[in-house]
Parts: sequence; structure tokens; C-alpha cells
Amino acid sequence: MAHENKREPLFHIVKRMDIKPGAKVGIKVLSIFIGLLIAAIFVVALSPKSNNFFGFFGSMASGVFSTPRRFWKYLLEAALLLGVSIALVPAFKMKFWNLGGNGQILMGCLGTCVVMFYLGGKLPDPILWILMLVAAVAFAGIWAVIPALFKAFFKTNESLFTLMLNYIAAILVGYTISSWYPKGTGSMTPLTNGQLPIINNTPFGKCFLPIVLFVFITTAVALYLKYSKHGYELSVVGESENTARYIGINVKWVTIRTVLFSGILCGLVGFVLSGAINYMMSTNMDSNMGFTGIMVAWLSHFSPIVMVFISLFIAFITKGMSQVNEDFGFTDENLSSVITGIIFFLLIASEFFVSYKIIWRADAQKVVDKIAFPFVWVGKKLSPVFEKIGNFFTGLKLKLTKGGK
Amino acid sequence: MVEFLFQAIAIAVIFLLGCVGEILTEKAGHLNLGIPGIMCVGAAGGILGVVIANNVNGVLSIFCAILFSIIFAAVAGGIYAFLTVSLRCNQNVTGLALTIFGNGFSSVFINNIIKIEGEGGKGALLSEAGNKFFLAHLPFADSLGGFGKIVFGHGFLTYFAIAIAVAAAVVLAFTRIGLNLRAVGESPATADAAGINVTKYKYVFILAGSSIAGLGGLVYVMQYMGGIVGAELAGTVEGIGWLCIALVIFTLWKPALSILGSFIFGALYIFPSFVNVFFPDVTFTFAQLKLFPLIPYVVTIIVLVVTSLMGKKENQGPASLGVSYFREDR
Repeated sequence: MAHENKREPLFHIVKRMDIKPGAKVGIKVLSIFIGLLIAAIFVVALSPKSNNFFGFFGSMASGVFSTPRRFWKYLLEAALLLGVSIALVPAFKMKFWNLGGNGQILMGCLGTCVVMFYLGGKLPDPILWILMLVAAVAFAGIWAVIPALFKAFFKTNESLFTLMLNYIAAILVGYTISSWYPKGTGSMTPLTNGQLPIINNTPFGKCFLPIVLFVFITTAVALYLKYSKHGYELSVVGESENTARYIGINVKWVTIRTVLFSGILCGLVGFVLSGAINYMMSTNMDSNMGFTGIMVAWLSHFSPIVMVFISLFIAFITKGMSQVNEDFGFTDENLSSVITGIIFFLLIASEFFVSYKIIWRADAQKVVDKIAFPFVWVGKKLSPVFEKIGNFFTGLKLKLTKGGK
Repeated sequence: MVEFLFQAIAIAVIFLLGCVGEILTEKAGHLNLGIPGIMCVGAAGGILGVVIANNVNGVLSIFCAILFSIIFAAVAGGIYAFLTVSLRCNQNVTGLALTIFGNGFSSVFINNIIKIEGEGGKGALLSEAGNKFFLAHLPFADSLGGFGKIVFGHGFLTYFAIAIAVAAAVVLAFTRIGLNLRAVGESPATADAAGINVTKYKYVFILAGSSIAGLGGLVYVMQYMGGIVGAELAGTVEGIGWLCIALVIFTLWKPALSILGSFIFGALYIFPSFVNVFFPDVTFTFAQLKLFPLIPYVVTIIVLVVTSLMGKKENQGPASLGVSYFREDR
């Protein structure tokens, strides 16, 4: 028979039953490390100006930490990203692919700016703030609830629907700006009425309140998902619609409610972007955070604590790259999305090694062992550290569970 | 009107290539949300090819552009294929990451590696190649009047794209390879049991689909824009790329239908520039003109809703679209 001549395949893949928390952290750290390495090689190889390999990391760090202004801007960026990610989680957990974060943020900006533009100066600021918030939340909520209604009643493909709404939102923002400034270049000047309060005019004073707001929202959403009946219902719908129906959950209502909630939270990001940071809007004010937020939410497996760390890390890259751009002679700010893309690829790939195991053929195993030896050695040296980090995360999870009872 | 139909076909080619590429990928059971990014990367590759060919002659220019466009797009598609087929990662997330990467990469590549403007800029070279080679059309087209312009007046890549779409339709519908591919997309486990090499099929058709979509980027920059590279390049191509993915649903996963579908989308996409031709009596304000680009997106949404309302079995996508295949899963 033919197959008797065939050798055993070089390797085969099996599912891991469980993985030590330490090993999980180790895999993630290794993938981020490789990602940064590839990023550094990419930048240095293509740089017209500098070929200082280690300078890449120095540049990144100085882009974030060198001045208080940069540091607070960095924290603000991370907080905004965290806000978007946590906003997407409820819908995401229900397996509703909300790719419309960008559009919902923009609608939040639009709502805020409409109130600032038309009512600014006519009403006292505190009332204006409330109206801005209401408008932002309403606009973004409508933007989220439309695809949700169609998904709930007709099973319309929500990912493409929300994607198209992104473009429509951007066009609406562009239209509004042009109708306000008919002779303008399509950009807006900052509005003076209705600016949200800041502590003082330092970088810290400007950034602190938004950061606190998003940390608060993240905590609230985490608790909502974990302890409320709503949170339980949406996770059942995400796992199996049939089960949900069987235990008497109104799947349509849960879908609409959850996506509406998700959209409202995205609208809050728009509210802060327009009302507290820029005092205006533009068609790309979302800075593609809707997409990045999906990546962050997915990579953190919906754990809010991991999400904080990943947001901090991604914001570190985005902010760090602006300095790298300067130091390495690049003129294109999109360099940061190249680098984040590379890091995302590595982090996505690392998921495989968390849930699967490669079993090599006996003779190949020897070769693999030899090649992997230095890595295994380093890994063993570092394993207590990884284990501590891993235990820290699992410990946190346990504590949260116990705290609720 | 002639100009409108001509332009509609000119942009429809991009939709057609993106759509056929995505259909092939989806037939293998993989929803590739990275297509917009791949199209951007393909555009960057095409520009590199033209720069390398250095306008020596038209055939070389077009050949190099196609070659490099395909190489770039296939590498990007290869990343996606490796992550989703071999490593069984989530297809939506991988696709989004690829789009983020591809959009940024093409922008950095075009502006910082091949410089368009300033000292040593390649802008003039590219627009010359675009005008002389990519927009070159059959000599007798002009003598046939409006009809000749619409049917024969396009660059070589237009007819190449239609040939690709027809070939894809034939392969999918009439060959054993097509049958096997559809089996892989519907139920990889069954295909595997029937002795089809599932991994091979997935890889081959993800790479083929990506390459075809990459050519869409090339067509945009070299043929539609005539080699003029603007700052908006990556953003525009990404927008078209998302519409291509929606077009797949509109054309019911049929490459032959996508020729018609992409023409309709092309017409809708180009319509805002022709508002004054269709409504000569109405004067629109600057702001109102900014609203017309809504049309293709709104129509796409209507299409999505209508197709979901029809809900016919034979009009749905492959059954295991978006699901990773792991042989040992039960």
C-alpha cells in the first residue's frame, strides 16, 4: 500500500487543555519583543537619516516620557483608546462585530459640536455641557442602534453595515463643516463656548479629567459585564443564541440594548474629543481608534485589566513613533500604523501558541530542541517573573469574583 | 453621458478586481477583511514596478507593475493566510490588522521610500507612465465615436480584469478545482475526508485572491488616476476596498455577476462628480456637493438589508465562512 512508504508527518498540532499563567505571559512578552525587533529593523533599514538600531527604542521612549506634556498626552491617548475598547466589548462579547467604532465616535463629535456651534453663548456653559453630552450620546446611539435593529430583526450582516456607517458619518461631518464655513478649507476653528472644564492650563490639568473619566467608565463597564443581569444575558447570547432563547432571554432586545450601550460609550469618546480636547471636529478625528479598539478588546480577551495594559502599550507605540518619525527622517505619520500592524500580527499569532501545541516527530524534536535551547534557557531564567505576572492577573480575576459575593 | 459611462467603467475595474479577489478568498472559507489593506499594498507594489521599469517601454512598464503589484499583494495575503490557515487565528481580527498595516505601509512606502515630490521625486515619471502606457488604448477606438470610447477606449488592464473575472467564473463553476474549492469553503471536514488537501486549497486561493485584489490597487493609481499619486491614495483605496467586500454579497459570490455589479457600483461611486451633468438646472452649494459621495455607501446598506430579507439558501455565502478548520476538532 502506498501510504506505508510515507513517513510520519514532521509535526502535528494538538489543542492545549490548559496553560500555566506564567507560560501565557511568556508567550505574549516574547511576541511583543519579536514584534518590536522587526519594527526596529524595518525602521532602521528604511531610514534615510539614521541607522542607530538601539536609538529606535530610545526615540520611542523619549517621544513618550521626555516632557510632562508628552507624558500626559500619552496617558490621554491611552485613556481614549481604553475608552473605545471597553465601549466595544459589550457588543463584541455578544459576537456582534461592531466595526463602526470610528463612525460612532465621529457622530459623538458631531453631536457635541452641533450644540456648541448653535447654542454656544446663548446658554450658560453648564447647561451647554449637559446638552452636548445628550446630543453626543444620542447621535452615536442612533448610529449604533440602526445596524443593531437590522441585525436583530433581519440578521443583516452587521460588520459591513457598521463599516458603511463609518464613511457616512465622516461624510456628514465633512458636510456640516462645509455648511458652517462655506468659504473655508473644510477645516474648523476651535469653538470658544461650551468648552468642558479643565483643572488648569498645564498638560496635567488639561488631560487629567478625561483620563479619570475613562478609568471610571472602564471600571463601571467591567462591573456591569461581570455582575449585572444584563452582562450575564449578553454573554449567554454570545455563546449560543439557542441557549439564550431556551432560558427565556429576549435575544432581539438584548442585541439592541447592548449595541446601543456600546454606541453610547463610543459617543462619550467623541464628546470628550470634541468638547474637552479639540473644541472642534474633523473627518478623521476618530484616528481609526474604532479599529484599534477592536484589536485591543480582542487581544485582551475582554479582560478590562489586560485591556489597560494593552492600551498603554499601543498608545506608547503611537506616541513614540512621532518622535521616531523625526529622528529617523520619515515624513509620513502613518509609520505608526505600520508598526502597530506588525505588533498586532505578532500578538495575534501568539494566540495560536496559547491554545495549541506543536508536537514534532521524534527526530525533528532533537533539532528543534537544539535551536530553541537559548530561548528555553532565557525563558527558564525569567519564568519566576512571568509566573508572578501571570499569577497577578489570575489572582485579580479571583479577587474580583470573590468580592462580588 | 459618454464621459460618465466611460468613467464608470474606468473605476468599475477596481471594484471588479477587488470583488473577484474577495470572492475567491471567501469561496475558500476565509472572510478577508484585509482586502482594503492588500489593495493599498498592491498599489504601492505597482508604483515600485513602474519606477523600476523607468518608462523604457510600455510593455515592460505594465509587466513590471503587474509583477510587483502581485508580489506585494501576495506577501500581504501570505501573512493573512499563514495567520488564519496555519495558526487558525480569528479571521476578522487578522483582516483588520492587515488593513491597518497595509494602509500605513503603502503610505509610508510611497511617500518615504519612493518619493513622489521634491528632490528625486518620481511624480513626473509615474504620471508619464500612466498617461503613455496605462491609459493607452486601441487606436481605432476614437474613430468609432461615443460607443468606441466606452467599449474600446480603456487601458489594457481593464480588459485584463474582465478576463480574470471570466476565468474565475469558469474555474469556479466548471472545473474540478472549482468544485473542490467550493467544497472546502462549504465544509472543510467533508472535503478533507474526500481527500482534498484543504490547507493547500486555502493557501492557493487566498494568495490568488489577494493578488487579484492587489491589481485593483494598481489599476486605481496607474490607470484610473493616470499615475498621479495624491496624499489621499491609501484612504481612497481603503474606502473602495470596503465597498468591494460589500459587493461580494451583492453579487451573490458569483464572479460573472460581479462584472455587472462592479459597473453599477462604479457608476454610483462616480456619480457625485457628474451631478452637474445630470442636473444642469440646479446649482448646488459647496456643502451640498459634499453630501453626494454618500450614495454608494447608502446603496450598499440597502443591498445588505435587501439580501438579508430575501434570505434564500442558494444566495448565501459559503457555509463555513469565517470558521477556522482544525482537523482534530469534533
